[in-house]
Amino acid sequence: MRVIVLGCGRVGSTLAAVLTREGHQVSIIDRDQSAFDKATQRLGPNFAQETVRGIGIDEDSLKQAGIEEADAFISVTSGDNTNIVAAQIARQRFHVPKVLARVYDPIRAEAYQEVGVDTICTTTINAGLFHDLLLGRPLRSVQEYLDATSTEPPQAPGA
Amino acid sequence: MYVIVVGAGKVGYHLTRTLVAEGHEVALIEKEAGTVARLAAEFGEAVVAGDGCEVRVMQDVGMGRADCVVAVTGHDEDNLVICQMAQRYFHVPRQIARVNNPKNEPVFHLLGIAETVASTRIIYSLIDQEVETGESLLLTALKRGKIVIVAVDLLPDSPAAGRMLKDIHLPGECVLAAIIRNDHILLPSGTTRLEPDDTIIGVATPEDGHVLRNALVGAGTAAPGTET
Repeated sequence: MRVIVLGCGRVGSTLAAVLTREGHQVSIIDRDQSAFDKATQRLGPNFAQETVRGIGIDEDSLKQAGIEEADAFISVTSGDNTNIVAAQIARQRFHVPKVLARVYDPIRAEAYQEVGVDTICTTTINAGLFHDLLLGRPLRSVQEYLDATSTEPPQAPGA
Repeated sequence: MYVIVVGAGKVGYHLTRTLVAEGHEVALIEKEAGTVARLAAEFGEAVVAGDGCEVRVMQDVGMGRADCVVAVTGHDEDNLVICQMAQRYFHVPRQIARVNNPKNEPVFHLLGIAETVASTRIIYSLIDQEVETGESLLLTALKRGKIVIVAVDLLPDSPAAGRMLKDIHLPGECVLAAIIRNDHILLPSGTTRLEPDDTIIGVATPEDGHVLRNALVGAGTAAPGTET
């Protein structure tokens, strides 16, 4: 599978390394060269097939990373809005079949589910996980965490 | 009209000031506490501290009853998400986004935000026009830069000086709105004869603004249609 990972932080670089080890072709984009240097220190030089220095919402950077042939796009930068916008570009402009985005804000994560972007809210997952561990309860599935802590979208006046 | 402005930089500040002066109800959302404190003296409760991307903050300022949201932060991703949330989540009828990097403008349109203002592009075209034209001055840009209002000063040696308007070939998308002569405003007609030192006010597309200027004052070589 040809995968593009946006954001070479801990999650992005680790995911890239796992996929690369499995034989997938991974390009990873980050705006900072230092992010690649740190990842290389942690994971070795071959953690991804290709590193692209660029902006995730910039078409040229995405093309350079091979988005036109990509089977999947995963955006895990530290910015919710960057992840949301980049994921929408991947989906709507480049028609990447599988698009995932990490979104810390539970409300925004839910709101963008509707536009064909699979958002993963690690905030609700982590909070639920710690909650169960704290109370010594058996752990649940990811989906259960997402559902249980899901914040009902507040009703907008006039909506 | 109730307008919510997100981002209290120069654009957000001046926009808020103008809207308040015009009697509109305005909420200005700004993340930086220092900026909020500074602006509170002028705008009172209209300036709100918070992250304008957060739904809770949007709710607290009454996004659901807003007639228009204007996102003018320095970050294009934020401006886009603010407008999308306003549109889809709060059903705000009108969303206007500032585009900081002109390259991102198509992304806004692709993702459903039609009204964008790419200030860098507009300023660039203003400067470009200033540099190129000399005696023509761009007064303002309308319709997000698609229409411009220009003032052209006639010189004694301008090709149009001494000629009647009907004899001057003007570009297609262009209207001569007024002629200013000796501090008086004249309404142009076909038989108006242009004189040196006239200032001609024209409304045109940016391209035809250039053609208009060339028709009136020449472009180094005489513009087409001005030869006798």
